Amino acid sequence: MRWKVTVIVRLKEGLNDPEGRVIGNALRNLGYAVENLRVPKYFEFELESEEPEREVEEMCRRLLANPLVHNYEYSIEPVS
Amino acid sequence: MVRFAVVVFPGTNCDFETERAIRNAGGKAERVWYKANLKDFDGVVLPGGFSYADYLRAGAIAARQEIMEEVKEFAREGRPVLGICNGFQVLTEAGLLPGALRPNRIPRFLCRWVHLRVEDIQTPFTSLYEPGEVIRMPIAHAEGNYYVDDPSKARVVFQYSDEKGNVTEKANPNGSVLNIAAIASERGNVLGTMPHPERASDRFLGSEDGLRLFRSMVEWAKK
Repeated sequence: MRWKVTVIVRLKEGLNDPEGRVIGNALRNLGYAVENLRVPKYFEFELESEEPEREVEEMCRRLLANPLVHNYEYSIEPVS
Repeated sequence: MVRFAVVVFPGTNCDFETERAIRNAGGKAERVWYKANLKDFDGVVLPGGFSYADYLRAGAIAARQEIMEEVKEFAREGRPVLGICNGFQVLTEAGLLPGALRPNRIPRFLCRWVHLRVEDIQTPFTSLYEPGEVIRMPIAHAEGNYYVDDPSKARVVFQYSDEKGNVTEKANPNGSVLNIAAIASERGNVLGTMPHPERASDRFLGSEDGLRLFRSMVEWAKK
C-alpha cells in the first residue's frame, strides 16, 4: 500500500529559533506586527508500507527530528 | 606507533590538516573513507567540514552511517574518539556525547580566533594543558550553539572566555550554554570540540595551542 506522508518538525517551546527571529525582524521592518515567528521543517514524501504509522514514527525518532530539541507531527493518507 | 583514522564523509574538508596535526604530534594518521572499516586503528578522529552539506541538521546524516557503529564500539572500549566541529556535531547526533549543536545565536557563519579556558585536564586530550590555562584556537561554524537540557550532564573541557580567562557573555560567540566550547564523555575518552585544534597546531598558523591536544591524545593512546 502506498501513502502520502507529511511531517512537520518544530523546535520545542522555549528554545530560541535564530532563523525565525531574523525573519520575524525583517517582516517587522516591513511594517507588519509579527511576533514569535518560528521556522519549522516540513517534509513530504511517498511511502510504500504495510505499517506506515510505525515506520513514520521511527523515521522521525531516528533521523528527521532530534528529540532533545524538537517535537514533530505527521499525517498519513493513502495515495489515490 | 599509534594509528589514528581520520574519517572522511562526503563534504568533510579538514581531513588533510587534521592528519598533518596528528603526525606533527608524533602519531600516525590515515584518512579513511567512511565506507572503510576501522579495526586496525587505535583511535578515531571525525574532522571538520560539512558532511552531507549540513542538510537536515549539521552532522545528522553522517551520524546514521554504518561506520558510526564502529565508532561507538571504540568509545565503549575506552579508546580515544575525537570530533572537531562537524565531528562534534556528528558525535552529539550519534548520541556519543550529550546535547545538541544548534544554529548560532546570531544565525550566520562565524570564522575567527577565540580564547578558551581549559576546564578539565583529566581527559586523554587535555593532559598536557594547565588547569585554568587560556589558549587560542579558531572557530568556523554556523551551528555551534551548544545546548543541553541539564548542564550537569556535560563534562565541560573548554569554555569560551576573554584573554584573561573570564567566562563572560561577551566572550560567548554563538550562544552556547555556559559558554561551552568542548565537552567530553563521562569516561573522558570521547571529546567534541567546536574550536579547531588542527588550525592552531603550527607556529605559522598563529598558534600552537591546539597541537598539545593531539600530543595528549597520542601520548595517551600509546599507553
